[in-house]
Amino acid sequence: MKFSEGWLREWVAPDIDTATLCAQLTDAGLEVAGTSPAAPGFAGVVVGAVVDVRPHPDAERLSVCIVSAGAGTSQVVCGAPNVRAGLKAPFAQIGARLPGGAIAAAAVRGVESAGMLCSAAELGLGDAAEGLLELPEGLAPGADLYAALALDDRCIELDLTPNRGDCLSLRGIAREVATLNDIRYTAPDCQSVPAAIADHLPIDIDAPGGCPRYLGRVIRGVDLTRPTPLWMSERLRRSGLRCIDAAVDVTNYVLLELGQPLHAFDLGRLQRGIVVRMARTGERLKLLDGREVALDEDTLAIADGAGAVAMAGVMGGERSAVTAATRDIFLECAYFAPLAIGGMARRYGLQTDASQRYERGVDYALQEAAIERATRLLLDIAGGAAGPAVVAESAEHMPRPAQVTLRRRRLDALVGEAIPEAEVDRIFERLELSPSKVGAGAELAWQVTAPSHRFDIAIEEDLVEEVCRVYGYNRIGARTSALPMPLKAVPRTQAPVAALADALVGLGYREAITYTFVDPTLADLLDPEKTAPRLANPMSQDRSVLRASLLPGLVDALQGNLARQQPRVRLFELGQCFAIGAEVDDPRSLVSQWVGGIACGARAPESWAAPKEELDFFDVKGDVERLLEIGGHAAAFEPTNDPALHPGQSAQVLIGGTALGRVGRLHPEIERRLELSAPAFVFELAMEALLRTAPRRHQPVSRFPSVRRDLSLVVDAAVSAAAVEATVRDVLGDALAECVLFDVYRGEGIDCGEKSLGLGLTLQSASRTLEDDEVNRSIDALLACLRKDFGARRR
Amino acid sequence: MDIDELQAEALAAVADAATERVLETLRVHYLGRRGPITQELKGLGRLPPAERPTVGARINAAKSVLVAAIDARAAAIAQGQLAESLAAEAVDVTLPGRRQSGGSLHPVTQTLRRIESIFVGAGYEVVTGPEVEDDYHNFEALNLPPHHPARAMWDTFYLEGGLLLRTHTSPVQARVMERSAPPIRIICPGRVYRRDSDLTHTPMFHQVEGLVVDEGIGFADLKGVVIGFVHRFYDREVPVRFRPSYFPFTEPSAEVDAQCVHCEGDGCRVCGDTGWLEVMGCGMVHPNVLSMSGIDAGRYTGFAFGFGADRLASLYYEVGDLRLFFDNDVRFLAQFG
Repeated sequence: MKFSEGWLREWVAPDIDTATLCAQLTDAGLEVAGTSPAAPGFAGVVVGAVVDVRPHPDAERLSVCIVSAGAGTSQVVCGAPNVRAGLKAPFAQIGARLPGGAIAAAAVRGVESAGMLCSAAELGLGDAAEGLLELPEGLAPGADLYAALALDDRCIELDLTPNRGDCLSLRGIAREVATLNDIRYTAPDCQSVPAAIADHLPIDIDAPGGCPRYLGRVIRGVDLTRPTPLWMSERLRRSGLRCIDAAVDVTNYVLLELGQPLHAFDLGRLQRGIVVRMARTGERLKLLDGREVALDEDTLAIADGAGAVAMAGVMGGERSAVTAATRDIFLECAYFAPLAIGGMARRYGLQTDASQRYERGVDYALQEAAIERATRLLLDIAGGAAGPAVVAESAEHMPRPAQVTLRRRRLDALVGEAIPEAEVDRIFERLELSPSKVGAGAELAWQVTAPSHRFDIAIEEDLVEEVCRVYGYNRIGARTSALPMPLKAVPRTQAPVAALADALVGLGYREAITYTFVDPTLADLLDPEKTAPRLANPMSQDRSVLRASLLPGLVDALQGNLARQQPRVRLFELGQCFAIGAEVDDPRSLVSQWVGGIACGARAPESWAAPKEELDFFDVKGDVERLLEIGGHAAAFEPTNDPALHPGQSAQVLIGGTALGRVGRLHPEIERRLELSAPAFVFELAMEALLRTAPRRHQPVSRFPSVRRDLSLVVDAAVSAAAVEATVRDVLGDALAECVLFDVYRGEGIDCGEKSLGLGLTLQSASRTLEDDEVNRSIDALLACLRKDFGARRR
Repeated sequence: MDIDELQAEALAAVADAATERVLETLRVHYLGRRGPITQELKGLGRLPPAERPTVGARINAAKSVLVAAIDARAAAIAQGQLAESLAAEAVDVTLPGRRQSGGSLHPVTQTLRRIESIFVGAGYEVVTGPEVEDDYHNFEALNLPPHHPARAMWDTFYLEGGLLLRTHTSPVQARVMERSAPPIRIICPGRVYRRDSDLTHTPMFHQVEGLVVDEGIGFADLKGVVIGFVHRFYDREVPVRFRPSYFPFTEPSAEVDAQCVHCEGDGCRVCGDTGWLEVMGCGMVHPNVLSMSGIDAGRYTGFAFGFGADRLASLYYEVGDLRLFFDNDVRFLAQFG
């Protein structure tokens, strides 16, 4: 809502400056989004009276005018079509400064011109550039135009919350300002205009739920070519509206002034009477903006004998629109129910000044005053004769004013301190809430009736807010509440999520936060076996499906970094992933928590201290092993057929036989399609299982010496290290303190198809020093088993 | 040879010895069994008994001097060798250390941790919930029945099938109130989604909502917590103001502004020349919201607040464009390690 401060001050005149006024409004919940000067600024422009006009000797379209500026006259060359003797127009004298530049004496096609007559556009007062701005005849020639047009004014723009539809008018804002300053405001004259003719149009309300009240009036013989007076067009302009014609300007003016939308139909194009009804399915309506819409049964329509002529409370139709040629008008002034209009405006994507007000609630007692005010203004500007205002109303569908009680006790409890009784009385009076009081002291209660312009007062808490906001939120003290002090529960069987993030940071990963919605093409590539929910209304195709895993986001982040010449990337992310499950109704069933990472480029940062080595599977596997330590999990890594990963360099991670996630290199085919310049290694683990942890218990450390034996074994290349280690653990049992695989070798000295494994075994007893003999016997037994299980032999 | 001459000659040779090896040869030469000192001592018996003590003492004195000189020389040589090898082992300590690259937490995560630690210290519990929600928890349970005009305040992403991406973390509050009884004191951090994208809006961002429900909770308590939080977060007592506002789930409702931390209220680009920064929305929980989740609105009152963690992070770290947070450029992320 934008309005002129000068206009507001005509309604209500507190003795405060603009800044204080704006601060008051903001503090009361009517946020001032900004202020701007009413005119961009010009100087040296006066009211000029055109005394004489003669054709220019050398130019057909130019005139040579004699202009009086009070003291003396000047000769001015002018090209405007509407210049004529007797006209008063802005006259920029030599030396004047306009938004477009300074005015100097000049010769136009050989004729001296001492200044310029100006259009509205040249002064920065609107778009009209077609002719001179015609000034009211009453202005004195030579008067400074800035003062004469009261341009020393500011436009104030309010950012209103949806509950304060009552402030979408000067009347509403004036009421607020009056309340805040404890003064009165003055409303404009809305006296009824007696009917000069008997003509009227029958009105039939067929949908009283959506339209409980409809006023109509016939006005005949108007001349819409007559210009809107400057005072009105200036106010409209300062409120951000353009001038169209007298009918539209008057309805817009009353809309701004009182907050009541009106609509003017061309009476000659309406057939028979007005019916307010629900639209019929398939009924079509061509709107004023040229759009043609197919209406549905939930649409409230204004119709005549031939079909819909307007979408009620939103926009009129083209068929019945007024034009410059319109002589007879049917003026509509209705109360439409907020729910009926709000749904429609959103469904059709039509937000208009009218729908904005109707959906927030228009004062349902305002229609008579508004139609009289509009009639008076229209007759004054465009002439004509008015018929009687015809009222159609369904009393039972009219809103009932809410009766609300505010108890002193409740007010004090919700505020946390006592606001003085007299203060509350005053606030309710000024807000026109018709308060009455019962009881006294702690039992005091105010009974109020919500006025017809307030749609946001229904319960006791609404009154608490009214009291607080007018009293001043910033006057209420701050209290440090005395709440109980529950001690924080820290589960023993659940490691904190932060432990994962901190571990990954320690491993050299940077945390990424990627968008939860991803490109479906990338999702299909990386998670072809998962079904992720799709957005019904994505912002773009490349963010149209929810992530089924963290990989699409991480891969996308990697691509972005590679494109920005950052070849070494280690990123991780923690977050929710989504898969369509069996139970669709409970959103929680779609969600799971994951931790994932991606690494690409050299193993270590480039350094003098080590040769550059490329990352491989075991770097990332090592990082995963570190994460598994947090929950104390002994996980298995098994080869996997994950379509996103390299079939020979990827593993499924399992805890107790249950899959927990995956680790490996991206499939080279995917790397190629994504144009990655280097292999990328990824991992992804389900967070819940990863963080679940058995309470740890201390194991005594042996005080006896340990014995280390190193074994070099040759086995078939297909034998997995994990299988060999499992046999080692199985055979040596408790005697084995540690088993290290210190070497894996293939090549010279080892047959093709075989490999050599170097095992470092540390044996130790908890209760005694191990004898050489028994160690030897154990190792022999182990070698026998390894030979049996894997055909292993010592190298 | 005279014993004095012998001593002088031996001391000169010891002083010249450059290595332990030469020194050892000298020790054997002078002090060994066949060396002159030993021989002299052996020859004492041939002297008249009266001279023996004097001459004996003289020889023993020379021996002590020589032993001491050799030991001192040996220590000096060892010292020199150590110094030499230390010098040889010296490294250029200005060379960079050998390490894995630094990791880092995302600035938004660091901000969330800061926020959480402030509230956890006051007994708040941190609760999270699903980012995909149903209409009931995201809207209806928050006093936003279907067709409520205020639903237009949130431009919502819907999933095919009717579920939606939560537009705030308030549904977590509704879920907590459904399953627990007052006193309730929680904060709910998490990702939320709105169809909006420009310098100051990203379609995904992080919100932290707080909820306190108990007997006797008033607007003054809300002010105490909100002002206290802003002061703790900035670690400075910045001025804070409350403006009436509108949210369907609170009544009364307020917007909270903190004085611009950039210009300290003078007006600048960051605060749009107002001197104030909008930091959060809050209010007293609407009685309908309490009742819908099964809490007696006659007995209990409460307050709720909510703010964007990304926005606070952007103010805290002076990040001008919120979209940078989700670009994941490693050069950006590295600044927060």
